[in-house]
Parts: sequence; structure tokens; C-alpha cells
Amino acid sequence: MRYAVPVLLMLGLLALLGYGLTLDPREVPSPLIGKPAPAFDLPQVGAEARYSTENLKGRPVLVNFWASWCAGCQVEHPFLLKLAQDYGVEIVGMDYKDTDADGQAWLKRLGNPYRTLVADAQGTAGLDWGVYGVPETFVLDSSGTIVFKQIGPMTEQAWREHIAPLMAAKTP
Amino acid sequence: MTTYAPPSSPRMRGSKPRHWMPAFAGMTMVLAAAFADAAELNADQLQRYQKMTSELRCLVCQNQSISESNAPLAADLRNQVRDQILAGRSDAEIADYVTARYGDFVLYKPPLRPVTLLLWLGPGLGVLLALAAAFMFVRRSRGVTAPVLDEAALKELLQPEERAP
Repeated sequence: MRYAVPVLLMLGLLALLGYGLTLDPREVPSPLIGKPAPAFDLPQVGAEARYSTENLKGRPVLVNFWASWCAGCQVEHPFLLKLAQDYGVEIVGMDYKDTDADGQAWLKRLGNPYRTLVADAQGTAGLDWGVYGVPETFVLDSSGTIVFKQIGPMTEQAWREHIAPLMAAKTP
Repeated sequence: MTTYAPPSSPRMRGSKPRHWMPAFAGMTMVLAAAFADAAELNADQLQRYQKMTSELRCLVCQNQSISESNAPLAADLRNQVRDQILAGRSDAEIADYVTARYGDFVLYKPPLRPVTLLLWLGPGLGVLLALAAAFMFVRRSRGVTAPVLDEAALKELLQPEERAP
């Protein structure tokens, strides 16, 4: 009984540390959840008209920051294609710190899931949206408010557990 | 996984004189790059710039400040800090700008908020708890007294040992 208190404290500490092992220390939660999507006004890739945050309102939409030089983007790409083609999810692609030519070549090679493709060549939109690596995907509701941010490649699990319910969309 | 095109980092290898040169050159270039960003600032502004950039975390490397890191995002943020200093924004406004986008984690000195209270007070509390525990332990063991020995009984106990072969 003498050791009851230290043992309990130890168990408590182990529980806390064990929980910590399930967390990703590199993940930086976004302060933009629940806030309106930050404004941008950028040219599109392969289209004349510019695209702005206003264009993102009116329906739930995914905004996916990606780049042709990004390895993780290749990992999530098949799933994004599935979402766009099989489930009709609207994905707006933000080509981050990339050239139009490289971006288009990459999409030609791997397939294009983006209903709209925006060129964020200098990363200015990325800076305002708190992007610190690619890929990152933001989920916007119809009012243009950010309701979820997926840091890193989009996974089926993240889609099923967090995003599909928010968009009231079908799940694979 | 998130990736940027990885910058090459100079590594120190061995003690041969030739091997420190790439490292030295690399470091000079990184420092030069960081200060080249700041070419248009006057002395006061430069000081503010250096202070701010050393207190903002680079989110790509995460254990470096944006003044040390040569990640592209760090360069972008350094430029933002420089431009905002030149535009006359205060340090608090610039910090707000960065935390509005990246959260409190980007500041090396997070603000004192209910959420960060445990972060700030935790170590101090931990030390106090440890001292209290040590104090309680010492007090409890002071209560134990040695049994009083009778001199005669002690001799009797010891004598059999002296006679043993």
C-alpha cells in the first residue's frame, strides 16, 4: 500500500504517454476551421477566367493543394480520381508553387480529378490558407466556411470518418 | 506525408581541414540569403526583423526558426515579415498575421491562454510537486525511531559470535 500513490501516478503517466504515441507531432492543426475561406484571386490553368474565393461558395467543395514536384500527391491521386469520377465530388485543385506546364503534364500522365484548376504559382493563396506542405485538402461548406483540413495525402479513412459526413456525400 | 524539394544541408565530416569548407560555405550562403532578404531595412527595422524571424517557427523543419531554415516556406514568411515591417505594421500585428494562418504553434513564445496555461505553468508545478513529495517522504521517515538497546542484552548477543570457531 505504501507504493499505491507512485504506482497510480506511474500508470496515469503511462496512459498519457501511450495516448501521445497515437498523435502525430508534426501535425499542426489549422486555426481556420470554422472560419470563412481566406480570399484569393488567381488565374486558372488552361482557362481564361480568373478564379476567386467567391467562386467556391454555394455548394460543398474540396480544395486540394498539390504540386507536380510532390511525392505525397501521387499517393493520394488515385483516391481523388475515384472521388471525382465515381462519386461526383467537386475538387478544386490549387497548383502550389508550380508551373502551368509541369502541372498540366503531371495531370495528363496521372489523370485529372479537378473540376477547376487554379495556379498558385507564388504560393500566396497557400500562405493565406496556412499551407505548410503539400498535399493538403480543405473541406468547404456551401457558405464558403472551412469545416475540415486534411494534412497530408487524402485517405479513404479520413474521407469516410470525417469528410463524407460533413459533405453529406457517399462513401466508398 | 508532406514534402518540399529537400534543401541540401552541409554536414561536418571528420577533422581534415578540407571538409569544413563546404559546411562553412553553406552556412555563409544561408546567412547571406537570410540577410539579403533584409537589404532594404534600416537599423531599427533590421533588429525587429531579426528578432521576429528568430521567434517564428519554421513549420516545415519545425525545430528551426524561419531565420535559420532554408525551406521555401521559411523564405516566404521572412519576406512577409520584411514587407510588413516596411509597411509599418507593429510586431504584434505581424505575429497576429502569422498565427491567424498557422496557429499558436508557429510562435516560439506562445501567448498565455487557457489552452497554453498548462504548457507555461507545467514545469514549475512539476518541480513544486516533486519538492512536496520529497518533503513528505523525509517527514515520514523522521518519525521512525531506532529501538533502544539494552547494553547487557547487546553484549549477550555479541558474545556467542566471539566464541564461535
